[in-house]
Amino acid sequence: MKSQRLVQGNEACAHAAMYAGCNFYAGYPITPSSEVMEILSYELPARGRVFIQMEDEIASISAIIGAAWGGAKTLTATSGPGFSLMQEGIGYAAITETPCVIVNCQRWGPSTGQPTKGAQGDVMQAIWGTHGDHPVIVLTASNVRDTFEMTVRAFNLAEKHRVPVILLIDEVVAHMRENIDWPEPGDLEVIERARPAEAKGFRPFAGDAFLPFGAGARFHVTGLAHGPEGFAVSDEAAAKELRRMVGKIMDRKVELAMADRYLLEDAEVGIVAYGITARPAQAAVDLLRAEGVRAGLLNLKTLWPFPDHLVAEVSERVGLIVSPELNMGQLVREIERAAAGRCAVRAVGRVDGHLLTPAQIATEAMDALRAGADRGMAERSAEGVRA
Amino acid sequence: MSEGYRKFLRMKQLPHVWCPGCGNGMIVKALLEAVGELGLEQDKVVVVSGIGCSGRTPFVLDFNTMHTTHGRALAFATGIKLANPELKVIVIMGDGDASAIGGNHFIHSCRRNLDLTALIFNNGIYGLTGGQLAPTTPTGKRSTTTPTGSIDAPFDLVRLALGAGAGFVARTTSFDHKVMASLMKRAISYRGFAVMDILTSCPTYFGRMNEVAEPYDMVHYLRDTTSAMHDCTCGETDEAEDPVVAGAAALMSTGVFRDEAREDYGTLYGRKVAAAVERQRSAT
Repeated sequence: MKSQRLVQGNEACAHAAMYAGCNFYAGYPITPSSEVMEILSYELPARGRVFIQMEDEIASISAIIGAAWGGAKTLTATSGPGFSLMQEGIGYAAITETPCVIVNCQRWGPSTGQPTKGAQGDVMQAIWGTHGDHPVIVLTASNVRDTFEMTVRAFNLAEKHRVPVILLIDEVVAHMRENIDWPEPGDLEVIERARPAEAKGFRPFAGDAFLPFGAGARFHVTGLAHGPEGFAVSDEAAAKELRRMVGKIMDRKVELAMADRYLLEDAEVGIVAYGITARPAQAAVDLLRAEGVRAGLLNLKTLWPFPDHLVAEVSERVGLIVSPELNMGQLVREIERAAAGRCAVRAVGRVDGHLLTPAQIATEAMDALRAGADRGMAERSAEGVRA
Repeated sequence: MSEGYRKFLRMKQLPHVWCPGCGNGMIVKALLEAVGELGLEQDKVVVVSGIGCSGRTPFVLDFNTMHTTHGRALAFATGIKLANPELKVIVIMGDGDASAIGGNHFIHSCRRNLDLTALIFNNGIYGLTGGQLAPTTPTGKRSTTTPTGSIDAPFDLVRLALGAGAGFVARTTSFDHKVMASLMKRAISYRGFAVMDILTSCPTYFGRMNEVAEPYDMVHYLRDTTSAMHDCTCGETDEAEDPVVAGAAALMSTGVFRDEAREDYGTLYGRKVAAAVERQRSAT
């Protein structure tokens, strides 16, 4: 029988990182992410791996990037203010195609905000936080088991595509305890970065193969626009490299997309949610069904590259998409773009530091349906007048 | 430069970007001499830099090289060294890079004592951005952001490093080229965090703004604003009486201010890991 453990999201994240082979953690304490680093401060040395507490979050992201080029599988975990400080480093990781994982336990913001309250306000920052066009993958998780699996997936994608991967959880998932089936070695796939066939002549920015420093090739790494050899380029050559870098992630949109579906087959209302909000959203589906409204849920686990095709598919079948988020409307812009006017889209935001309830989401859905019906009637009568 | 050191240069990346009369070339020559004389394995040397004129150094060096973000070179280097302790990690920073935007990483690296060599190319100005005030610009000197002279008190990087706990601290100038390589050999061989504050000439910006625009005059400025070599390990100076440490001098002292053997972070971490692994083994 599988062993089960009653753990927090942050605990699941720390153990999943080790499961994935993480052998280097650098971080700076911040609520509500600190348990990740506290656990790893004990567990990593016990496995002969490296843990270091740095002087700030800027140093933390810099250290994990350096460690990746030293040959390590690296992680840092933080929250809002720390995540803001890491943005320049994330850009450096992106342009140097450095495999690394950044966990952001979202809390209410901006600024110090409400450190112990959950939120989903960092979605756009995770995608666009560093300056310039850049490749990045953003994942999320709505429960403790998901947090384990998505942490392992974050490492796998970072390794496979040589890209910084951001896992967005939130204060509630981070601190909530759930009994989960504990993955045994081998249950989940663990991917290692590809090595070049030969060290000699290794071109550091010519593909997904990765070679650390001191492994038989001497090369240059820079945050400047660079060519395959690592040396500075400009003009069309810079554009070509940027397009390749961004393209290697955006062109894999379908392959990278991950989502759970709940009662979507016959749905007339689709709720598109993610993270902690997917849970009240699922309960809202049941409430709506009890009222005779055929609702369904698309729970997105990949937030970037945004899985347009999954949302488009829903928008083709339903009259209404409801987009609940613990912010004032962030991912809903992507949802509206993907739905492309094929159905109505209703944003449901909550920013008082509490979770959306199933009833709130269901009520908003009913309200949107009624408004849509009224508008439909008005439009039809207007048509009648013109005719 | 003798042929022996050509193997440490990426000839295809030359010429470098530095202005005529810049002192950085002298520092690089000393560095390559030091690396050559120490017989370091080229494949195992990593040179990490930040942003600025000094940040351009690794482009032309045929080692494992990493040009990082402004001020963060030490944090990147910390990751590299801890991930692979076999690597010899040399960090090149500018004065603003190390003590303004990167000041936090600098003081914490001093106290942490990881086995890194920090070389600060200190020209007393922001060169690459066009001659703005640095935290090391002497009071009264002009820059493009202090056109009538600075009222800011400058950082003394030696005192900063000593106060923050670095185990090896030295200062030299690009004028004192002959001793620079031997000091670098000591800094690179030091097991722990070694800091070298290397005063270097910037005739283009510091010089033109402050009446020492000719490279020749700028080199003499370095000579005339510094005092003779000292070495704390030879009993020649008492730290408390040193004019720099005592804070009274118009002249910047050069030499070795501290060279103390102490356990480096890597050794301490290795011991901690061994104990943790053992504890785990006896628990299971």
